[in-house]
Amino acid sequence: MSGNEAVARGAWEAGASVGVGYPGTPSTEVLENLVKYEGVHCEWAPNEKVAAEVAGGASLGGVRALVTMKHVGLNVAADVLYTQSYTGVTGGLVYLVADDPGMHSSQNEQDTRNHGVGARVPVLEPSDSQEALEYTRAAFEISERFDVPVIVRLTTRISHGKGLVTAGSRTEVATRPYERDARKYVMMPGNARVRLRDVAARDEALAAYGSTAEVNRAEERSQSLGVITSGIAYQYVREALPEASVLKLGLTVPLPAQLILDFASRVERVAVVEELDRHLTMRVRALGIDVEEVDLPRRGELSPRIVAEAFGAPPLSRRELVDGLPPRPPLLCPGCPHRGLFYALGKVRAVVTGDIGCYTLGTLPPLNGMDSCVCMGASIGMAHGMDLAGSVERPVVAVIGDSTFAHSGLTGLLHMAYARSEGTVIVLDNRTTAMTGHQGNPVNGVFIDGSDAPAIDLDAVCLALGAGSVRTVDPHDLDATLNVLREETAADHLSVIVSKAPCALLIKDHHDPYAVDEELCTKCGSCVRLGCPAISRDENGRAVIDTATCVGCGQCVQVCRYDAIVGVGPSCDLGGGR
Amino acid sequence: MMMTTVVLAGVGGQGTILAGDVLAKVAVAEGMDVKLSEVHGMAQRGGSVETFVRFGQTVFSPVVDPGMADHLIAFEMTEAARTLTYLRPGGTLVVNRRTVDSLPVLIGDMPAPEGLEEALVGEGAIFLDAEALACEAGSPRSANIVLMGAASYALPFEVPTWERVISDRVPPKTVEANLRAFHLGRDACAEGVCSL
Repeated sequence: MSGNEAVARGAWEAGASVGVGYPGTPSTEVLENLVKYEGVHCEWAPNEKVAAEVAGGASLGGVRALVTMKHVGLNVAADVLYTQSYTGVTGGLVYLVADDPGMHSSQNEQDTRNHGVGARVPVLEPSDSQEALEYTRAAFEISERFDVPVIVRLTTRISHGKGLVTAGSRTEVATRPYERDARKYVMMPGNARVRLRDVAARDEALAAYGSTAEVNRAEERSQSLGVITSGIAYQYVREALPEASVLKLGLTVPLPAQLILDFASRVERVAVVEELDRHLTMRVRALGIDVEEVDLPRRGELSPRIVAEAFGAPPLSRRELVDGLPPRPPLLCPGCPHRGLFYALGKVRAVVTGDIGCYTLGTLPPLNGMDSCVCMGASIGMAHGMDLAGSVERPVVAVIGDSTFAHSGLTGLLHMAYARSEGTVIVLDNRTTAMTGHQGNPVNGVFIDGSDAPAIDLDAVCLALGAGSVRTVDPHDLDATLNVLREETAADHLSVIVSKAPCALLIKDHHDPYAVDEELCTKCGSCVRLGCPAISRDENGRAVIDTATCVGCGQCVQVCRYDAIVGVGPSCDLGGGR
Repeated sequence: MMMTTVVLAGVGGQGTILAGDVLAKVAVAEGMDVKLSEVHGMAQRGGSVETFVRFGQTVFSPVVDPGMADHLIAFEMTEAARTLTYLRPGGTLVVNRRTVDSLPVLIGDMPAPEGLEEALVGEGAIFLDAEALACEAGSPRSANIVLMGAASYALPFEVPTWERVISDRVPPKTVEANLRAFHLGRDACAEGVCSL
């Protein structure tokens, strides 16, 4: 099982009856697996804040609930979490948060343990799939015992790493009866001040619990070196330093002070090995322990070798075969509808404020189609702010995906309307949450189990929020898209353009591939500048289309001024391009 | 028993992740502790994909460092060159004899790397035409299983275990073709096309 599959299993075994989240690599598969179990109702929420509220409501209603997100998602949900820490829980409430050291698929690197400290909620850090299952079960117990939401923090290598797991069976948990308790659940200042005293007492109780809990354990080996570690770093320490004694912390917030002091007293030297922030290092030092300075990176992932070399092992020799290998950046798929839209945006020389999704890849050459990308929903506010700056002569356009628009674009659009903006917002509606692997969302009208859901009416919603016009274009039709883009960026009202065509990977029955007529190709390179992986040049500079990769979207046909791109196969319709 | 580390390297869409899954399940079926690590996300297709499979009595780290892999199975020559750094001296290198040009090459920003095959031969690479063998097996998409067949020659697992796991793991309609693909890959080694 992967760590994510194991968390889902653990939540099910713990008797959770509600699972809710927003997809985000590397956390996505937790909910996708939880939905397969009987007895758990699962939903994708439009964003992490809503997900945390839904899970909180389920907890208030007396059942165990799991809410899932990636690290940046917890920023969105933090508003909820920090106060849920005061209210506490009725049914067990567990946050599954997956961090991404090294930023394999994220816009920043952050250490969720900091949110645990800030919100004063416990953080559990599994080191492999087995622990991902066990700690998730434990998290529900801790949540109810200490009246607190609990964070289970994974990292990419735990989420997506696979290992052997011994699974258990489900424990059915009785719903705790709902009893109105406004002093606990209505966090106005007078009540919150009272609850804060309880939180302080809880911190102490949790620290004492951590010193005896099974999730924190001292492994006694050589007494010359004792290493304090947690999460995936534990595995690297075991491989790199097999002789060292290890204090393996599963519960790192709050810190089990007594356990650490005892461990440190039994070894000659104490070192801390942890990924990302020096969370443990600084707090262990604050206990008065002389922690050895180890030369470990403070950003990115660790590895067995990095740990070994930090403790003095000689570097391994490594082979480098060829200098200057071309990189292989992720790219828009063949037939991706976003490609057509970015091509048109390039033609109007738009300044494009971007967002989080597949379309972020439109930033890369040759499309060079994006000027900013910060976080979910930021494109719309950023476009408005750029207009306020008044320094840009070219049209400023916000692009945002369908799922992202529902996540946090709606309020941005509402603000643009309120602020009398005449800007342009493009919703790239490819009928799915594509980058994380095709999840349902309120725009595409698909539930987490694949069944039909009510889809929101984008046009009606945007008009209701105050857009002056909403027009839908087919981004595969380059001329039509370009015309609408020209008109709406020039218009003196707030415009929403819905660029609507399904993700190329959703289409099972593709058009026939195209080919290049060598006689007609002038080597002008127009088609190559679409950045389609199916199009390359031969040694003479002529365009070549790989028929195995081409899905027949026809964008290149429209770009070629010499009619040199032609259909192959009998059913190919050249007339309309598509 | 010593721990063995295998790195699979290819391009998104080539089936490296399924191949890694098959290998991991074969090792589990033969009673070993196994860890598998892969990185995915970002684009669905076309990026570099690395899968690490480690097996033995007890496996700690799922992550592999340069110079630590016993076997490198490359689904494409550029990725073979890129990931060669993982292979320890004396490790086995199985390479699918094809290139998939990356976007900087396709759009003419960078030249296609030259002399890859010769350079890889110099590193002791064993070459296969996995796509051709896959077509011969009756399923062009089973090139990944052809490569696992070739790799199986260097790995300490029984053929029936491979056959059972492949049958369980691939789509039911393609079981026969994938089993043929596995044996064509394995036979290619036996016949000296690649000699491990």
